[in-house]
Amino acid sequence: MLKATGIAKSFGGNEILRGISLDVERGELISIIGPSGCGKSTFLRCLNFLEHPDAGEVQVEGVTVASTGQWRRADEARAHRLRGHVGMVFQSFNLFPHRTVLENVMLAPIQVKRMAEDRAHQIACELLEKVGLAGVKNRYPDRLSGGQQQRAAIARALAMKPSVMLYDEPTSALDPELSEEVLSVMRALDAEGMTQLVVTHDMRFARAASDRVLFMEAGQIVESGDPDVMFANPREPGTRRFLRTLL
Amino acid sequence: MKRVMFALALVLSVFWSMAGLDGRAVAEGTAAAETKAAAPAAVPLRVPGAVDDHDLPWASDGEANVPYVFHDPAHEGRMTGFEYDLMQAISARMGRHGRFVQNGWDGLIPGLSRDLYALVIDGIEMTPEHKAAVLFSRPYYVTVDRIVLRNGETGLDTLEALKGHVVGTIKSTAAERLLLDHDPANVRSYDEETNLFSDLKNGRLDAILIDEPIALYYRSDDLKLVGPPIGRVAYGIAFPKNNPGLRDAVDSVLGDLISDGTLHQILARWNLWTPQMADYTGDQSLLSVKPTAWTDYRQTMERMSGSSMKAMVQRYVSFLPLVASGALMTLGVSALAMVLAVAAGLVLALARAYGMAPLRWLAGLYVEVVRGTPLLIQVLFIFYGLPAFGLRLSPFAAGVLSLGLNYAAYEAENYRAGLLSVPRGQMEAAIALNMTHIQALRLVIVPQAFRTVVPVMTNDFIALLKDSSLVSVITLTELSQTYIRLSSTYYDYIGTGLMVATAYLLVGLPFVRLARMAEKRMGRVVAKGHH
Repeated sequence: MLKATGIAKSFGGNEILRGISLDVERGELISIIGPSGCGKSTFLRCLNFLEHPDAGEVQVEGVTVASTGQWRRADEARAHRLRGHVGMVFQSFNLFPHRTVLENVMLAPIQVKRMAEDRAHQIACELLEKVGLAGVKNRYPDRLSGGQQQRAAIARALAMKPSVMLYDEPTSALDPELSEEVLSVMRALDAEGMTQLVVTHDMRFARAASDRVLFMEAGQIVESGDPDVMFANPREPGTRRFLRTLL
Repeated sequence: MKRVMFALALVLSVFWSMAGLDGRAVAEGTAAAETKAAAPAAVPLRVPGAVDDHDLPWASDGEANVPYVFHDPAHEGRMTGFEYDLMQAISARMGRHGRFVQNGWDGLIPGLSRDLYALVIDGIEMTPEHKAAVLFSRPYYVTVDRIVLRNGETGLDTLEALKGHVVGTIKSTAAERLLLDHDPANVRSYDEETNLFSDLKNGRLDAILIDEPIALYYRSDDLKLVGPPIGRVAYGIAFPKNNPGLRDAVDSVLGDLISDGTLHQILARWNLWTPQMADYTGDQSLLSVKPTAWTDYRQTMERMSGSSMKAMVQRYVSFLPLVASGALMTLGVSALAMVLAVAAGLVLALARAYGMAPLRWLAGLYVEVVRGTPLLIQVLFIFYGLPAFGLRLSPFAAGVLSLGLNYAAYEAENYRAGLLSVPRGQMEAAIALNMTHIQALRLVIVPQAFRTVVPVMTNDFIALLKDSSLVSVITLTELSQTYIRLSSTYYDYIGTGLMVATAYLLVGLPFVRLARMAEKRMGRVVAKGHH
């Protein structure tokens, strides 16, 4: 359902991504792990074209965006269509501080999808209920804990009815207790059949919740497979080295 | 974006409607001479050919210009003066409707070449320099320069005797040229008669050399005129070079007024008929005309500038309408200029922060050029310079435009800083939610940038309010101009100063309150800070 082919990206002569390909099945939860600077976040951001890859192609729900290095207006228009199927959650939450939690969730459906306000309100309330924030929906983001903010950010992304959710280190800014609030929401979504790609440093979560784990190093996917197998018995020396330093 | 465009459209439509006002105001031919002091946009733009032949707009600097053309202290809304009476007589004789147009001294001749009015009469000396710039009528008044001293002083009654003493005069006059030829190091040149005479009284000057009419009218009881008349000064009415027809017509009427004694009568009423005038006109008759205008003026001034409680109350009450209309002008110009500055500033800031390369450079160039040049130059350029390119604006529109475009440059930098202070993640989150760039700016970035710029904007608006005093150079009578005129007419710098300062505060306060409310409303958001 999401297919990336040959994604390459350089920043000022540094090759960050060296032609990465990935095929994601509907309903999969994939964790992407790897050392800092290996390109995992950049890869994730290339999937919804927050970064424009120098080369490669992304296909989601029948929308294909190919990049030839020159980013044109037509490419942006196609990327805009593709983003309609992709939700994203950031390490620093990036909630809109000048709007309440409820308004954060309602904003895009109303403005982008031209949804009627009462309908958007109903959907937002259901989503906030689901992530456990019904009681604080009228607060401004700065009155919420980090865990609550990240759950609000997930609700905000879900309100656009994406087919796939991208998470860029969703719990790195949170202490373990608050991380768990967020991870349990992601597990619940997995149980509902949501397709999710998670860049994470949380090995416990990667191992316990993922259907598949990708290990990235130096701009490439070095190893991928079943989490239990990979964590117990990494095939590649790079993976082994990485896991050893962590565990 | 839509809101920005709307603001721009609003500003523009205001301009057009003001431009439209001009034709109407001229057609109405408002009770002319009784021009209300400081009526907003009182000076209409005159398009040659578009004016009916009946109208005869003429200009003078009526600020503290006794006894030429000035605001009647007994009726502040009314103009008077011997030149004023002369113009009434001339236009009546021509069967036309004389209409006084206020303009600052420095702008009188430029306004003439801009066709703002048909002629200028303001004690303009018929020097070769002036003759190169304008056409002159025959002289309507011939006078001399006189030396004025403090009562106690003696001996300084000739140019020779003045050598080595500090002598004051008005700038660009025959008296100034005489003094500069004679003893350049000790000349002090003034813009305002009132300041000139106060400095003689308080000892900053040893003497004054000045046109006799001014000496007569500004001399208080503790000063005296001494010595024989010095030099000869002839005043002429000035016309644009391209209108010899009107000059000839006025010249012939002036000839009639001289030969039938009308000019003699006018001058006699003002106590200004002199031996020099008798020689010039060949009219040696003695009229039994009482100097009523002269005595009226002296009495009124005595009454008004008295320091008794009654005189003061009377004076300040009579100032109120003037101060109010000055405040209204200040407020109108400033508020509209700020709307323009906010709208144009936002567009410039967005262009600089998010625009394509050429757009970014143009916006940057605009900001640097406008910030790097004086506002005064910009005001004069827009009002007097742009007509050369076919764009004629009314003084009010030119004032709003120049102030607004100037402050837009400052606002642009302010907003740009605000835009850049919004973390990059906010834009990314908006894009990830499938907003377009424009939606992201409008819904996410600009509202957050706004909260950081409000305190600076408040400052800017207060500064703009005060800078609006510069539009007085293009004939708009706002608060500062009102202060200058009133204080110099009545020698009352403290009382009028307090009144005008209060008016400034009253005008500025609502905006400070408004800004504080906006800050408060966004306070919870501001408290948060960023990651």
